[in-house]
Amino acid sequence: MIEKIISRNIGAESVTPGQIVTVNVDRVMIHDIFIPFVAEKFEEMGFTKLWDPDKIVLIYDHMVPASTVDDIRHFKIGDVFAEKYGMKHVHRSDGICHQLMTECGYAKPGNVVFGTDSHTTTYGCVGCFSSGIGYTEMASILGTGEMWVKVPETIKVVVNGKLPDNVSAKDIILKLIGDLRADGATYKALEFSGSTIDEMTVASRMSMSNMAIEAGAKCALFAPDEKTAEYSNVELSDVDWIYGDKDAKYCQTITYNAEDLVPVVACPSQVDKIRDVKEVEGTKLDQVFIGSCTNGRLEDLKAAAEILDGKKVADYVKLIVTPASRKIYQEAAKAGYLTILAKAGAIITQPGCGLCCGRAGGILTDGERILATNNRNFLGRMGTSKVEIYLGSPKTAAASAIAGKIVEA
Amino acid sequence: MGRVFKFHNDVDTDQIIASQYLLLPNIEEMKVYTFESIDRDFAKKVEKGDIVVAGENFGCGSSREQAPSVLKALGVKAVVAKSFARIFYRNSINIGLPVIISKDLYDKVEDMDQIDIDLTEGLIKLSEETLPCTKLPPYMQNILDNGGLISFLNQEEA
Repeated sequence: MIEKIISRNIGAESVTPGQIVTVNVDRVMIHDIFIPFVAEKFEEMGFTKLWDPDKIVLIYDHMVPASTVDDIRHFKIGDVFAEKYGMKHVHRSDGICHQLMTECGYAKPGNVVFGTDSHTTTYGCVGCFSSGIGYTEMASILGTGEMWVKVPETIKVVVNGKLPDNVSAKDIILKLIGDLRADGATYKALEFSGSTIDEMTVASRMSMSNMAIEAGAKCALFAPDEKTAEYSNVELSDVDWIYGDKDAKYCQTITYNAEDLVPVVACPSQVDKIRDVKEVEGTKLDQVFIGSCTNGRLEDLKAAAEILDGKKVADYVKLIVTPASRKIYQEAAKAGYLTILAKAGAIITQPGCGLCCGRAGGILTDGERILATNNRNFLGRMGTSKVEIYLGSPKTAAASAIAGKIVEA
Repeated sequence: MGRVFKFHNDVDTDQIIASQYLLLPNIEEMKVYTFESIDRDFAKKVEKGDIVVAGENFGCGSSREQAPSVLKALGVKAVVAKSFARIFYRNSINIGLPVIISKDLYDKVEDMDQIDIDLTEGLIKLSEETLPCTKLPPYMQNILDNGGLISFLNQEEA
């Protein structure tokens, strides 16, 4: 599938893994943390104009709203840069970059997109080749619209069958990262298929493509279907060429039966340290976090609300809920999920990266323990280096918030 | 010759430079916090020409280019690992920090050993033996030779 996308992008008949090609970039995303560095490098490279202002998206999300006075400097530099070079797409408080890129239609099926964030792999949920890069490379794209890439090999992941009620897409991707290990897909593309994947919402696929980087993957692709076409507002007939051919070559194939899967968590402090929830059941918690670009979507808030409806969060536990975008926030309010969560004792925050990037809204200290639905549990990510971070699904998180300890939903 | 600073597998970018320091105005201010969560005094001990040696998947995690940048700013001559995470590897070349893959070196050196690296020949010289290591593809070697992507691009235009 990745070879098809790259071939079409460069106008070649075909490409082979290992080949180095220069792609024409369809869209790029820069967020608030790195915009000062991108701006500085762009001018240092001697560029005087953007290759195409319409193709560049600037999103403030890691630091919104400002928690320290230094944060404001980043917004100011971004605003000045956007104004000076005529950028059209600037989001100052609409939500997390990875949510907005597909939600606003910036990243569409078949596109080639780069972002200054490792979780840029997310847009593979709609069949877009997207990957994270550093700020020097981003500055170079802003001037040239081009980027060199090595065509990756592909690992095929097949999931068939019906998932048990308490198992979600998050559990599948955690299980896969555990099996592949943190570097098992380095330089490679992941390609998902099977009846479980076909049945999944685009939002669930997004949770999976979001975390592909945690196995080192360059991108993670899902073939577009009717659901994708509707979500991305494209005609299916325009994007139905994006799929893995029957005779396509894969460097590895991994198959799961959905019925065999169980709720899992990533244990401190590696994303590939996967255990069944049953194995760590009873582990006491100080905080629970439901949100992020991995699991802050409407279906995640709904799943949490259904479990927390009429229940109370354990006395000594703080439950922090962060919708991934303003749109989701409004939808969750309209559907009544936010009221249910608030009644249960949740602290509902503004959309943004907040706690997941350890900058605001619930950071922890030595000896504290959190179960979170985001994508990374690295040492020191949500506070001090002696905080224990477990990663799990929104269902596991909601049930654990009520129990005050890790439990199966 | 440089001294070896040895690290484990899966050293992530948060361990190299934690996210709370990314807002500091420049790399010079950031570099003193390098490896803070795993070797608090690293920035004080390391000297120009020293070499970071690590296991598998060095630099996994975030796309932050500050990770290779702080190492370069501290004078680290090269990072030699069994394998690298993709974005870190790319970023390193773009900023001009040599990243070298060697499956064997890790088990043959200890912290503070003296070793020498010949980047052009792809050789690592230990006291007792010489190990081959990866040479970069020419396109990347060019970027590195020019001191990173910016100098490389400027060179191309000239």
